[in-house]
Amino acid sequence: MQLLVTNSPFTSEQAELINKLLPTLTEAQKNWLSGYLSFYAAGNVAAATAEAPIVTAEAPAAAAIPEGPKEATILFGSQTGNSQRLAGRLADKLKGQGFEVTLSAMNKFKTNKLKEVSYLFIVASTHGEGDPPDNALTFYEFLNSKRAPKLEGAKFSVLALGDTSYEFFCKTGADFDTRLAELGAERIVDRVDCDVDFEDAAAAWIASVNGAVSTASAASAAPQGAAVVSQAAAVESEYTRANPFMAEVLETLNLNGRGSDRETRHLELSLEGSGLSYEPGDAVGVYPQNDPSLVEEIISFLGWNSDEKVVTGKAGETSTLREALLHHYEITVLTKPLLEKAVAFSGNSKLADLVKPENKEDLKAYTNGRDLLDLLRDYAPWTIQAGDLANLLRKLPPRLYSIASSVNAHPEEVHLTIRKVEYEAHGRDRKGVCSVYTSERLQPGDKLPIFIQQNPNFKPPVNSDTPVIMVGPGTGVAPFRAFMEEREESGAAGQTWLFYGDRHFVTDFLYQTDWQRMLKDGVLSKLDVAFSRDSDEKVYVQHRMLQNGEELYKWLENGAHVYVCGDEKHMAHDVQSALLTIIGQYGGKSPEEAAAYLSQLQEQGRYQRDVY
Amino acid sequence: MAKNHKVEPIGGPPSDVEHLKLESNYLRGSLTESLSNRITGGLPELDNRLLKFHGSYMQDDRDYRNEREKQKLEPYFQFMLRVVTPGGVATPEQWLVMDSLADKYGTGSLKLTTRQAFQLHGVLKWNLKHTIQEIHQAMLTTLAACGDVSRNVMCNPNPYQSELHSEVFYWSQQLTSHLAPKTPAYHEIWLDGEKVVDSTEQEGVEVEPIYGPVYLPRKFKIGIAVPPSNDVDVYSQDLGFIAIVGEDGKLAGFNVSVGGGMGMTHGDTATYPQLAKVIGFVTPDQVLDLAEKVVTIQRDYGNRSVRKYARFKYTIDRHGMPWFIDELQDRLGWELAPAREFHFEHTGDRYGWIKGKDGKWNLNLYVQAGRVVDTEDNKLRTALREIAKIHTGDFRLTANQNLVIANVTAQKKTKIVALLKEYGIAEGTQYSALRRSALSCVALPTCGLAMAEAERYLPSLIDRLEPVLAEAGLRDKEINIRMTGCPNGCARPALGEISFIGKSPGKYNMYMGAGFSGDRLSKMYKENIGEDEIMDTLTPIIHRYAAERNNGEHFGDFVIRAGYVKAVTDGTNFHE
Repeated sequence: MQLLVTNSPFTSEQAELINKLLPTLTEAQKNWLSGYLSFYAAGNVAAATAEAPIVTAEAPAAAAIPEGPKEATILFGSQTGNSQRLAGRLADKLKGQGFEVTLSAMNKFKTNKLKEVSYLFIVASTHGEGDPPDNALTFYEFLNSKRAPKLEGAKFSVLALGDTSYEFFCKTGADFDTRLAELGAERIVDRVDCDVDFEDAAAAWIASVNGAVSTASAASAAPQGAAVVSQAAAVESEYTRANPFMAEVLETLNLNGRGSDRETRHLELSLEGSGLSYEPGDAVGVYPQNDPSLVEEIISFLGWNSDEKVVTGKAGETSTLREALLHHYEITVLTKPLLEKAVAFSGNSKLADLVKPENKEDLKAYTNGRDLLDLLRDYAPWTIQAGDLANLLRKLPPRLYSIASSVNAHPEEVHLTIRKVEYEAHGRDRKGVCSVYTSERLQPGDKLPIFIQQNPNFKPPVNSDTPVIMVGPGTGVAPFRAFMEEREESGAAGQTWLFYGDRHFVTDFLYQTDWQRMLKDGVLSKLDVAFSRDSDEKVYVQHRMLQNGEELYKWLENGAHVYVCGDEKHMAHDVQSALLTIIGQYGGKSPEEAAAYLSQLQEQGRYQRDVY
Repeated sequence: MAKNHKVEPIGGPPSDVEHLKLESNYLRGSLTESLSNRITGGLPELDNRLLKFHGSYMQDDRDYRNEREKQKLEPYFQFMLRVVTPGGVATPEQWLVMDSLADKYGTGSLKLTTRQAFQLHGVLKWNLKHTIQEIHQAMLTTLAACGDVSRNVMCNPNPYQSELHSEVFYWSQQLTSHLAPKTPAYHEIWLDGEKVVDSTEQEGVEVEPIYGPVYLPRKFKIGIAVPPSNDVDVYSQDLGFIAIVGEDGKLAGFNVSVGGGMGMTHGDTATYPQLAKVIGFVTPDQVLDLAEKVVTIQRDYGNRSVRKYARFKYTIDRHGMPWFIDELQDRLGWELAPAREFHFEHTGDRYGWIKGKDGKWNLNLYVQAGRVVDTEDNKLRTALREIAKIHTGDFRLTANQNLVIANVTAQKKTKIVALLKEYGIAEGTQYSALRRSALSCVALPTCGLAMAEAERYLPSLIDRLEPVLAEAGLRDKEINIRMTGCPNGCARPALGEISFIGKSPGKYNMYMGAGFSGDRLSKMYKENIGEDEIMDTLTPIIHRYAAERNNGEHFGDFVIRAGYVKAVTDGTNFHE
């Protein structure tokens, strides 16, 4: 169909451009564009031209398309709950169109149903060195195995979450995307890879998918859509990731005793008046401020004026340059996209060389542990203007911290456990943005922008009689304080066993007196601790688990849930190995059988991890 | 002889500690389990009570207590380990072991106590066993360094009567080992010894032939003095021996004194410091028999109902000395000889190099508050370590918390002098006489009993007193000054010519008037005063003493003559 002035709202120039463009688009591109346009139409009502007649005589032509299948399957692989939340949002949209939606964590999805799906949407995050989240692992392996069914006739799209400062950015999502196409499924909307500031890109993807399925299925806008949205809004506080609550700091104290080489902040924040609530296992997102001295150094290096106004918001909001760098932009992490964009502003040709594909390894080495100030110093001179920042820098992302309190034990409060990160790299002292902000510059009475990040993948057992094994060294112990406080309040009867570890007993035993009280009162049944630097031999939590392997296996056999929280790279890996060893040794299982046993626990939600 | 004064042991239900001792199965209790509990760095109260018998007290760093509570951390529990060092004598090898343990498991310093023992502070629970094992390997022990038993037997280190020292020292060792607990619990718990069959299973054999299953009602202290020095404060001991030299110049035997003790409780006048009384003379071969019988009388008649009334001095005062002597001679089966003549001149140390009669040299070195530690400008610990590496004699801890480097050959003396010079260590003679005569207990931050500072504070109080003394021309006049953080008396404050007993942070009761040679108790002069009032009080007294004292008159005697305080003639009138 040719667009003319007579059959469309476009001018002849516009119609000509569109007519030129449309025949060149693939089906997927068209779908994406339709979603893109509908997103902006929905999200920006004021900007829409009210007088333009949107519906034309020809528009309902879509109704002529034969009615497609009305089921959609949305699978998420989520570690912190972001993917799950976005998947849920898409589900609401599709239900609004009259779809029957199957919304499921990947590990809860019966893989034999896969060959029956007609629409498959995947939302998956990526962790560490390109790893899938825990609840995506078994599905990921299944899909990439020979057992995966042919998916011809299925339509799909993938939303990938990740962080551009990691080498394997959005790898899990990309792998799903590639594999589904390999299996013969049709990609109806191109994959969208989201950086840490994912909200806008994810919303656009959801709108595109929504648009694509509406074109394909010709489903009319469902009247109940509005109801679904309002229902969702009712359970949520008005304060969200996009609209954080300014929580007053009630208490801030260092949990590490004098003489410790660590500093761990215990923050008590007030939720009074926010309507926010949370469950054990949930996290709080904190919007931090950058280090003022680093901001000053950047501004003075570039010879800029701190008070210059720059645009920081989508709607054209402005703030001073200093404020923008303090509150809005990430200045402590270098990413590949940042460097690529920076080439345009650098008078130093070496930067252009660095981002060339053949210098991939050099680029990776360079970005590791360096920040914006390093980049500015190393690749001067610069032609960049303050107004260019918005294009160059990522938005300062919120930091997620596992909640360390039960709201029932501390009504209208939330407690966080934040370890201060400080180290030296490339000749400069480096400071963790949020941990140093909360440790050094936050005082009782100050306000901190926060939101609650639900984490459905890290939840105590529904049945309070179920035994619970918790492994949480260092700040990994935070959610277990929440678990245990909740049990203290509810009088749960099940056995509980905590494994905790850190460097030194005397100074680094986080929440020691809380645990001692819970042990005495019987809320905590067992506590095993490992302090790695108190003896010549380094002892960690996994060693204590192995030492108690026989009993631990008995607990597993009695239906215990296992929770692991903390460092992913070393701890979580070593703890998993220890679990496999224990299952093998005391269950008389081969390594394969032990792995299957643990996978089964994971699928049953009996092995949950909150690792970072 | 006839039991003219037979009395019944005191009634009243046994105290909790008595039950604990009885149920501990000869000092085992649940120590092994409590030590392996990784959740707390401390011990439950009952095991802590038992631990004292093993030579250790649980303490915590009180400086950090409140701060840590807020931080959701338990108190900084740590353990003081006291090492039995009979007569205060240690070999250079033993010195080096203690020195290394101070770094390895302690806080980097060694404390020389007022009872001639080593103390390590700040040992963590998980390190106790390793530490005790290393101490054991060095042929030392912590067993019975604390607890309701006979403690480390003190002995004059006597560097200038060298021929006597070895004999007197021999008896201090004999007494220590004769009265040491015999329970195998110590070996089982600390040294991985085989668990010996329970006493209950060995019918008819008493594990503790002297003490029995409940040990003594309270601690028991023994000291040996060699006149004219009363450095061990022999009258402060439950049982004292005063060496008597025969006409041949050799050890003839000992006068025996009984019933001394320093501790009291603030606000309870039924508690008081008391001086021991000389009751007779024994020959060396009678010493062990006598000591054992004295101990058994206290075992049988001491107050086991109220611990603060349980010391031996109260047992004697309650029943009277005639009863005690009868009971003792009855148990001994022989009578004490009449006490011999002797004369004490002082309690303080004599600093500097002294040549013994055997031609060997001895250096009496001043150690402030007995604390062997390296500071910015005083590398005492390093110096002593270097000396220990070359020293062929021995080390002797004095009752005044100082150190004698003893039995030094003329050749080694040169080397030692050079080492002391290299590390800038002076013998002590450069300090004012007041500072050299000062004694203080550990107190804050580690002692759980302390109500006020002592070791950390006394030096700065002396800083303020020194100019006053200098102005009065008394810089070189020895005045015994003592300070404790509580009234339990570890630094023997009731025998200080000037002394301070802590009441609360910064506040002390001030006492004066003790005898210079340790033969008269002091008396309270001011109650609950702080530093400024101490200065205001002492300054005019010092000036008056300088102006009005008789020839050779000691400060403690002067304040009585001048009417500041009344002389205390017996512990029972200490509070009058």
